[in-house]
Amino acid sequence: MKHTVIAWMEDKPGVLNRVAGLFRRRNFNIESLAVGHSETPGISRMTFVVAGDARQLGQVQTQLAKLINVIAVKDVTSEPSIIRELALVKVNATSTNRAEILQLVDIYRASIVDVAMDSLVIQITGPEERIDSLIRLLETFGIQEMVRTGRVAMVRGNNGFAGNGRQ
Amino acid sequence: MHEKKSGAQIVWESLLSEGVEVVFGLPGGATLPMYDALAKDRYPIRHVLVTHEQGASHMADGYARATGRVGVCMATSGPGATNLITGLTTANMDSSPVVAITGQVPTSLLGRDGFQEADVQGVSLPVTKHNYLVTDVRDLAQALKEAFYIARTGRPGPVLIDICKDAQQAETEFEHLESVNLPGYNPTLTAADPAAIERAARLINESERPLIVAGQGVSIAQAEAELRNLAEKANIPVATSLLGISAFPETHPLSLGMGGMHGEAFTNYAMQECDVLIAVGARLDDRLTGVFSTFAPKARLIHIDLDPSEVGKNLTIDTPVVGDALLTLRALLPLVEATEHPAWLAQIGQWRSDTDQRDVLAQETEELVPPFIMRQLWHLTNEGDCTIVSDVGQHQMWEAQYFPHTKRRSLITSGGLGTMGFALPAAVGVQIGHPDEEVWVVAGDGGFQMTMPELSTVVTEGLPLKIAIINNGYLGMVRQWQDVFYDKRYAGTPLFNPDFVKIADAYGLPAQTVSRKEDVEAAIRQAQAHNGPFLIDFQVEPFANVFPMVAPGKSVADMIRRPMPMTAVEGTEG
Ligand SMILES: Cc1ncc(C[n+]2csc(CCOP(=O)(O)OP(=O)(O)O)c2C)c(N)n1
Ligand SMILES: [Mg+2]
Repeated sequence: MKHTVIAWMEDKPGVLNRVAGLFRRRNFNIESLAVGHSETPGISRMTFVVAGDARQLGQVQTQLAKLINVIAVKDVTSEPSIIRELALVKVNATSTNRAEILQLVDIYRASIVDVAMDSLVIQITGPEERIDSLIRLLETFGIQEMVRTGRVAMVRGNNGFAGNGRQ
Repeated sequence: MHEKKSGAQIVWESLLSEGVEVVFGLPGGATLPMYDALAKDRYPIRHVLVTHEQGASHMADGYARATGRVGVCMATSGPGATNLITGLTTANMDSSPVVAITGQVPTSLLGRDGFQEADVQGVSLPVTKHNYLVTDVRDLAQALKEAFYIARTGRPGPVLIDICKDAQQAETEFEHLESVNLPGYNPTLTAADPAAIERAARLINESERPLIVAGQGVSIAQAEAELRNLAEKANIPVATSLLGISAFPETHPLSLGMGGMHGEAFTNYAMQECDVLIAVGARLDDRLTGVFSTFAPKARLIHIDLDPSEVGKNLTIDTPVVGDALLTLRALLPLVEATEHPAWLAQIGQWRSDTDQRDVLAQETEELVPPFIMRQLWHLTNEGDCTIVSDVGQHQMWEAQYFPHTKRRSLITSGGLGTMGFALPAAVGVQIGHPDEEVWVVAGDGGFQMTMPELSTVVTEGLPLKIAIINNGYLGMVRQWQDVFYDKRYAGTPLFNPDFVKIADAYGLPAQTVSRKEDVEAAIRQAQAHNGPFLIDFQVEPFANVFPMVAPGKSVADMIRRPMPMTAVEGTEG
């Protein structure tokens, strides 16, 4: 089963290396990873998606929490949360099919962020499935280039996760 | 205004305030400023010069395990630092508090592959509890303070600090730090959750065939007395892991000794037949358990450990009890009912008498077999009043089987990593930590040669180490596997050995060869009587093997046993 896990860590040199090294060494199956600043200066927040059974999930959380620079780890899979990813897709576009593409962009509440003679760059944010679905449709036009961020997650409502993840 | 100090001075000032008395190391270009400060400012810290930095890391480890204090080693950049890695990995696997200080190229040269640059922070990252690269002298005192704190607290482990040469030379205002700021690290020792302790007590009270499996965590927590109280109150037999040896007196009627791959059959049967297994401070690794899915199949598992990541790592645990062993056992004891378990103990007694009949020492053999030496050593040290530092291989297993440890922390060995070459340098650290202790190195002829040059450290430092080489002419444990699983094709296992007595002589320490049973006692007595280091080259029966033995892929009940004397065919069993 896939789990979404959030980890808060001190923003120190090498901390990403520690986390990535741990994932590799313990043979954790990480499907996506996104990291950036949290609301607290000096503390980064990482969201990652990991596949595994209960034993493996327990290991992911306890081994990660053992890293000295990691402050807190939470599995939010079963919490009501907002989950988002962002993708930029550069798709072939000619004068004949441009309108059709724009229509799709509209339906998916995506946006056009660059227009060139023979291509468009589309930006979409949302849950992975919505992005996957738009990409499948865009494939028929020919995708030149694509980049996706990893999943980011935030639990809804007042859950005490603010600060540095300590409850 | 605080006094200005150089980074090099700050290193020694910090070590002093941490109570460090000794540093094991070998200098080089990138550590010269620190060595110079040691000489110039005459810091009252003993520097023990090693012959190879691997030795320095094992010495720090041995010192740490024997004393419970942080062991410190020091090496220069590049090859000096990478030579420490085997020792740091060994310390990490066995939860030993070590601080390694390494010199690094100047900050301006970082990342340029200059002379003797190695990414030591990167290389040591997966084999340390934590590590630091210090590029600015202003960060140095904080890093040192944290390093010692992290190494010795919680589950202990090695911490490395890599210090750029310019940060050693630069000056800054220095003040002794009182506290650390580590928001992600809270090693406060507490007893486990009371509800978990209650659940554990209930399982124990309902149990008819309980068994304790003790690991080194008991010794680290100094919970030997609490463990014994629990075992005695409810008459629970106690097996141990290799590193758990000496956490419970092995002459105690409830002691089953070491279990696992070379555990005694009655110990392994007890693990497989118990209905509740209480693991305390043991990682439950594959050497102890055999194939995980086959381990203790009839038991509900209670796992008491400080480190939550160990609980459930290898086995499904019915009752996780995460907490300090000492405090948790104290809280558990009053909830456990006094009971006898006569049927269970009688059953184990029966298994034990079967093992006794197969005892190698009960058989009259001409050959000098290692179990005989181990038992003699035990008798002649006033029944184990010494510290044994064993290496890795057959001799290590025979020591574990035939030397009943009764004194806490009286066996020091590389359990998790199984590092050949550990014993001699680790024993240097043990002896320096406990100058008045009788310390015996028990090493194979193969492993001894891996770190043999540390004999010069033994001699220079005037350490009265007693060294027993169990010389079978083979990388014996590997040869044993070739005997059992590879049709006796001895690829790469016969050894060409030097004359160890001449080697000892060359280093200036007395030595003796023993090849007959009747000479063992006199040689050991002579070593003990000599006021200084002494080496005995025990030339033993080369083809003896360690039994019982659990083959890989098998459950621990599925052993190749020692034969019953009347059915013995080959006479090579140990
Ligand atoms: C550094 C290292 N290299 C290789 C091994 C694999 N190994 C395990 S036991 C053993 C044989 C040890 O031989 P010796 O030191 O003579 O001891 P014996 O088994 O003969 O008692 C070897 C090679 C190891 N444990 N450590
Ligand atoms: Mg040998």
